[in-house]
Amino acid sequence: MSQRSTQAAAQSRGRDMREGLRDGLPIGLGYLAVAFSLGIAAREAGLTATQGFIASLLSVASAGEYAGFTLIAAQASYVEIALGTLVTNARYLLMSTALSQRFSNSTPLSQRIGVGLGVTDELFGLAIAHSQVRPFYQYGAMLSSIPLWCVGTSAGIVAGQLLPARVVTALSVSLFGMFLAVIMPASRTDRVVRTCVLASFVASYVASHLIPLTMAWSSGTRIIVLTVIISAAAALICPVSPEGDDAS
Amino acid sequence: MSARIWLSIIVMGAVTVAIRLLPLTLIRSPLKNRFLLSFLHYVPYVTLSVMTFPAIVESCETPLAGLASLVVGAVAAWYGANMVSVAALCCVVAFVLGLL
Repeated sequence: MSQRSTQAAAQSRGRDMREGLRDGLPIGLGYLAVAFSLGIAAREAGLTATQGFIASLLSVASAGEYAGFTLIAAQASYVEIALGTLVTNARYLLMSTALSQRFSNSTPLSQRIGVGLGVTDELFGLAIAHSQVRPFYQYGAMLSSIPLWCVGTSAGIVAGQLLPARVVTALSVSLFGMFLAVIMPASRTDRVVRTCVLASFVASYVASHLIPLTMAWSSGTRIIVLTVIISAAAALICPVSPEGDDAS
Repeated sequence: MSARIWLSIIVMGAVTVAIRLLPLTLIRSPLKNRFLLSFLHYVPYVTLSVMTFPAIVESCETPLAGLASLVVGAVAAWYGANMVSVAALCCVVAFVLGLL
């Protein structure tokens, strides 16, 4: 009996894993392209291909890594780097919190940690597409996407040196394109998010071009301070209902 | 220089991993604080917006190429183009207008 149930469990793990590997691959191909331009930013910060690979393996975070590399390039302090990473990746806190509600009670802590390490925008999207988190499905998806993220970063660092300057400049825009792909659909459906996005554009311009005090700050510090102020203001003026938040 | 970069990478990784794992290991019941929930809801959009503008304009060969890239990418994303398409579109616009 117990042998049979062990066997069944192993089978379902294998099935979950294969399914995850399949669903993760399109995500991985997207990662490869975006990580390439992240690699260009990493190169400007002085990272080698190995350092870029390790950074992407440890962080697996586009905006967070981009902010980190910008801060490294700006000779920022470790505290600024930690704060910048914290702010740009704060959304993972929300995603992990949402996921924590979707594990079966029998899930061991090691599997909660394993799944947690792979919380990205896209892999979180896969996880919440099912009512209950299946750890081995997530492992499969992580295996077919995260290595491509790391390879893409290294490729960007290496190829950034080989490609003509104009091409590198144009490719560096792709990361911003990816950010637009996250903020625009939400702006379309949510009026408050739309207002936040516009306010952020204006505030970011004003802070980096018009106010001498904030112009003297590093770009990373401006990002942190503006994010906290604008998000807090939005949260005070238009708090979201705890129920509706799951849908975001 | 290299030691500073390695340490920075470790700081980035440690903070990111902690953010991902703390809720899954410590918080076993749902968050209740409405302000905190709302704040976390808006943070990703605000921080990505602050990082995108005006940086996208200044990262291009000319301000015109940057602005065009921003507008084209924003419109495509608004109408539901996926992440890779938007990124590619922004690059093409930036490259072509950068040649002018």
